[in-house]
Amino acid sequence: MSADGVDLKKRRTLTLATSAVGAVGAGFVIYPFLAAWAPSEKAKAAGAPVEADIGKLEAGQLMRVKWRGKPVWIVHRTDKNLTDLPSLDGVLADPNSDDTGQQPDYCKNPTRAVNDKYLVAVGICTHLGCSPTYRPEVAPEDLGADWKGGFFCPCHGSRFDLAGRVYAGVPAPKNLEIPPYQYLSETKIMVGADGGSSS
Amino acid sequence: MSMMKNFMTWIDDRYPATKVWNEHLAQYYAPKNFNFWYFMGSLALLVLVIQILTGVWLAMNYKPDAELAFGSVEYIMRDVDWGWLIRYMHSTGASAFFVVIYLHMFRGLMYGSYRKPRELLWIIGVIIYLAMMATAFFGYLLPWGQMSYWGAQVIVNLFSAVPVIGPDLGVWVRGDYVISDATLNRFFALHFLLPFILAALVFIHIVALHKVGSNNPDGVEIKKGPKGNRWSDKAPADGIPFHPYYTVKDIAGVAGFLFIFAAVVFFAPEMGGYFIEHPNFEPANPLKTPEHIAPVWYFTPFYAILRAVPSIAGSAFPGVVAMFASILIMFFMPWLDRSPVKSIRYKGMLYKVMLWVFVVNFILLGYLGTQPTTDLYKLLAQIGTIYYFAFFLLMPIYSKMDNTKPVPERVTE
Repeated sequence: MSADGVDLKKRRTLTLATSAVGAVGAGFVIYPFLAAWAPSEKAKAAGAPVEADIGKLEAGQLMRVKWRGKPVWIVHRTDKNLTDLPSLDGVLADPNSDDTGQQPDYCKNPTRAVNDKYLVAVGICTHLGCSPTYRPEVAPEDLGADWKGGFFCPCHGSRFDLAGRVYAGVPAPKNLEIPPYQYLSETKIMVGADGGSSS
Repeated sequence: MSMMKNFMTWIDDRYPATKVWNEHLAQYYAPKNFNFWYFMGSLALLVLVIQILTGVWLAMNYKPDAELAFGSVEYIMRDVDWGWLIRYMHSTGASAFFVVIYLHMFRGLMYGSYRKPRELLWIIGVIIYLAMMATAFFGYLLPWGQMSYWGAQVIVNLFSAVPVIGPDLGVWVRGDYVISDATLNRFFALHFLLPFILAALVFIHIVALHKVGSNNPDGVEIKKGPKGNRWSDKAPADGIPFHPYYTVKDIAGVAGFLFIFAAVVFFAPEMGGYFIEHPNFEPANPLKTPEHIAPVWYFTPFYAILRAVPSIAGSAFPGVVAMFASILIMFFMPWLDRSPVKSIRYKGMLYKVMLWVFVVNFILLGYLGTQPTTDLYKLLAQIGTIYYFAFFLLMPIYSKMDNTKPVPERVTE
């Protein structure tokens, strides 16, 4: 083959253009493969609201319901628990729930609840996603004399009070998430939907 | 005999069979002074083969479905003929793989096998190590026990700690809002795929090794030494053909290794909860975290580093960065070591102490990673983390200051 009369500049331009078009094509091909990893329609649909009957929940007890595959706790707080809450403000990272991403607006209050008596919270530690243990007892040996009841994460030692507020200086950075919920009646809660009270 | 010869000629005209055999085995001259530590490479290859073989056999009965996975593993253990053996070989093989690889890496640290001209060889090795960790992580979810589930939950949430894109990234990796059937199914696919990528990487690792030639306990370049040995005038005088000399030596290593391997498979497959953790005998329960979560032993040093770093400004990200940095820093080894000599045999006291403390520290971090956090353990893990990084980051200084000994011209016996 003779190289006479070959326009190398044109050849380079064509090579470049072909490669560029090819790269764009490859980019398009990659997209469906990446997008296929997103939650399927089925997984999204499984995020439907769930109902919980709290009629039989005694003071001091905790019940779990499953919402979007996550544990959601409902805790019936005692009067003592409620009076203890403000006394903890000094040792908490976000006592006033200023991080608006962690609860609906109607739960940005001292007890982080619609009805003070019942705490509804997603039972997933905001550190690395373990489910903290419910430790309602006051001043147990392993948690110290100042413990007024709350949640202790067995994975990395994060602590939360009975309003799901995180202690300062533990691995978890944020308060526990409060899901959107509403009372359907005195004793029935629907988790995952609040009738549009918040977006 | 001539028929055989004709047959090989016919093959060699079409495929370089004899050429490859000679270049990589019969006429590949490796230093004659290999010791115990040089078993590990071939043993790692053996374990990879064991893992692929047993893994494919397990896949014939395993069901990657959140409803069925746990039961199918128990089915393999109880009802499939010899299923228990194949599964225990696979679970023990995972730990054995990391044992031999950690020893293999330690060999590299001792004899300076990462130094010029073997930088790329070392880097490919670190990539293999990363691929192994990914494979092991994906595989650990598959039995769908409590530890599988919550271990995966914690590790996937590491990605969620990345600022801005984190939460979406976590959902993308899981394919759901929590670890679920979708996650299990894709982890199975990836766990099946990665070993073959691993095999390809090992191939590249060996191609790189045979380009630069093996290092040896003296850190002397035999290619730069005198030429001529019993087999060839041009070959390095201190080299011997890999086959039969090292193939036979490696077979002895394989025999020794299989003694220990079989003993573990038959008598201690759970290794007191270190190879198969106790909570994993309970099916995954998304509503209840086990009292104490720890990864399998081979991840625990890095897990200890993750936990040692406190969250800054309400983000767990710094710990995640430290954990990944502790692995990625290995890539820079070839340029961190400024010592004029390669092998620990000729390095001074300073480097020897630093290296041995590093080993003790790595084991200590590994132990701390298996334990619940207490104030004392957290402090120890923080000291351990600082030493871990200091070993690498201060290496340019202390390796240069060190009093080295003169390196001989030829390898020693």
